[in-house]
Amino acid sequence: MSKARISPVRSGFVHLALVAYTIIALFPVVLTIVNSFKDKNAIFRSPLTLPTGSSFSTVGYETVLKQGDFISYFQNSLIVTVVSIFFALLFGAMAAFALSEYRFRGNTLMGLYLAIGIMIPIRLGTVAILQGMVAAGLVNTLTALILVYTAQGLPLAIFILSEFMRTVSDDLKNAGRIDGLSEYAIFFRLVLPLVRPAMATVAVFTMIPIWNDLWFPLILAPGEATKTVTLGSQVFIGQFVTNWNAVLAALSLAIFPVLILYVIFSRQLIRGITAGAVK
Amino acid sequence: MSSATLSEDGTTIAPRARRWHIAVFLLPAFIVYTAVMILPLIETLRLSLFNTVDGHSTFVGFSNFGVLFGDARWAHDFWNALKNNTIFFAIHMLIQNPLGIALAAMLSIPNLRLAPFYRTAIFLPTLLSFVIVGFIWKLILSPIWGITPFFMDLVGLKSFFSPWLGKPGSALIAVSLISVWQNVGIPMMLIYAALLNIPDEVIEAAECDGITGWSQFWKIKLPLILPAIGMVSILTFVGNFNAFDLVYTVQGALAGPDGATDILGTLLYRTFFGFQLQLGDRSMGATIATVMFLIILAGVSLYLFIIQRRIRRYQF
Repeated sequence: MSKARISPVRSGFVHLALVAYTIIALFPVVLTIVNSFKDKNAIFRSPLTLPTGSSFSTVGYETVLKQGDFISYFQNSLIVTVVSIFFALLFGAMAAFALSEYRFRGNTLMGLYLAIGIMIPIRLGTVAILQGMVAAGLVNTLTALILVYTAQGLPLAIFILSEFMRTVSDDLKNAGRIDGLSEYAIFFRLVLPLVRPAMATVAVFTMIPIWNDLWFPLILAPGEATKTVTLGSQVFIGQFVTNWNAVLAALSLAIFPVLILYVIFSRQLIRGITAGAVK
Repeated sequence: MSSATLSEDGTTIAPRARRWHIAVFLLPAFIVYTAVMILPLIETLRLSLFNTVDGHSTFVGFSNFGVLFGDARWAHDFWNALKNNTIFFAIHMLIQNPLGIALAAMLSIPNLRLAPFYRTAIFLPTLLSFVIVGFIWKLILSPIWGITPFFMDLVGLKSFFSPWLGKPGSALIAVSLISVWQNVGIPMMLIYAALLNIPDEVIEAAECDGITGWSQFWKIKLPLILPAIGMVSILTFVGNFNAFDLVYTVQGALAGPDGATDILGTLLYRTFFGFQLQLGDRSMGATIATVMFLIILAGVSLYLFIIQRRIRRYQF
């Protein structure tokens, strides 16, 4: 059927267009990484060549690792992201189970209430969030960020997970009930393992905005000890504007983890988007 | 005492009195979501009706809004930010979404070789943080480095180069295009998924009727992916009217040059958090946040109650 679908000329044009856009998408990233391994002269004189024996230099990385506390920034980002995702997934899955499994008064209303946050961004409440965090003494702690990101991740997690939990067979759950499992055991031992693929999708969707966020770290936790990698590199690069080696190295250091994770997980991520996002 | 209220509540959930687990499952999410998201949102809306008079927080009705829309200094900043934000959104709708649809249409051609590679590569910028994207483009567009003039020289357009990010006339367009470059992956993926969901039979039927290629896309596929396009549009709307990070990274909190790239997000940040000599003003910050809330709410309602219902959905 697909034999006569597309002529070689047309497919040639399609490839041309896609290659052109792929270059536009990748060029800035490649350019940054390539130049981060060159000395200053080479960055300016021949920005488009690969580093050669004479122009290869890691002076930028040395500056970054000496001046900026990137290891601690990474640690903060990692703690905030992992803990927020853990709670968003756990609490989200529990709420999704309650909404999809039990019929009780106010079920629909609760579902709608928890879905408001999908469309209304949590940022709009920042004025009062900051006020509340000041009152609770949580400013400049990672706890503040974890609370905010957990709340931010919950609506979408509940929405997607309850769609998936509806597909878990009732027979299985009832068999568990007959065997005397409690409702908690049914949730943790039967249902959770079955929706693991959906949990992975939700984890990826939740992770990207948390890892990349600048707004809340800037407002709630700008202190040196709690800077995340996004805020840390923002501040660092701002200070080293004229040191091109350091700026390019800092940018590359911020890109690498995303790049490595993406190379490993791109298949699952794209499958997740194309399977679950459009209903 | 507490056991008495327990049993009382327990009996109201009759006929089955032991359904406490529902509450246990719901409560953690409900508490965190309500305490960190909904209550601050309501409190922010409430704060917009108050202002500090003689050192006390006093109810002032809608006068904060009057100041924001009418006072010479505030109104100038606000209308400027709203206008810029609208242009920012318009550029996304006119360039990002059509580009995303075009890329998705090409990627979804059956048996296209290398399609997974293109898809993966084009989606990469979407995963990078605004900070990385902002700085990379700042370097590339910088006249000091000379990458952009070099490329324009290759096609003989070098004389058209100028430091776009630094000129009031072009800065907003440049920032919007950077944002388009980063975010085009989202419409591309969502539309791609919608195109893949069109059943083969529909396409085959079209081919039997002699509708192929270009006209097949316009007459058959496009109407079928309208719901996905609607969703992409509302996601773009919410994302744009809540944007902040990219402008802050590229142009700083003052959103220069001369406020040319100031959008509602940066205005909100400067107003409530304060910047340089400007002191933070909680009431006016809450007022701007409320206006942003109303804009986004209006957009979402328009989508949910009018556009989404008008779009015909097809069940396969």
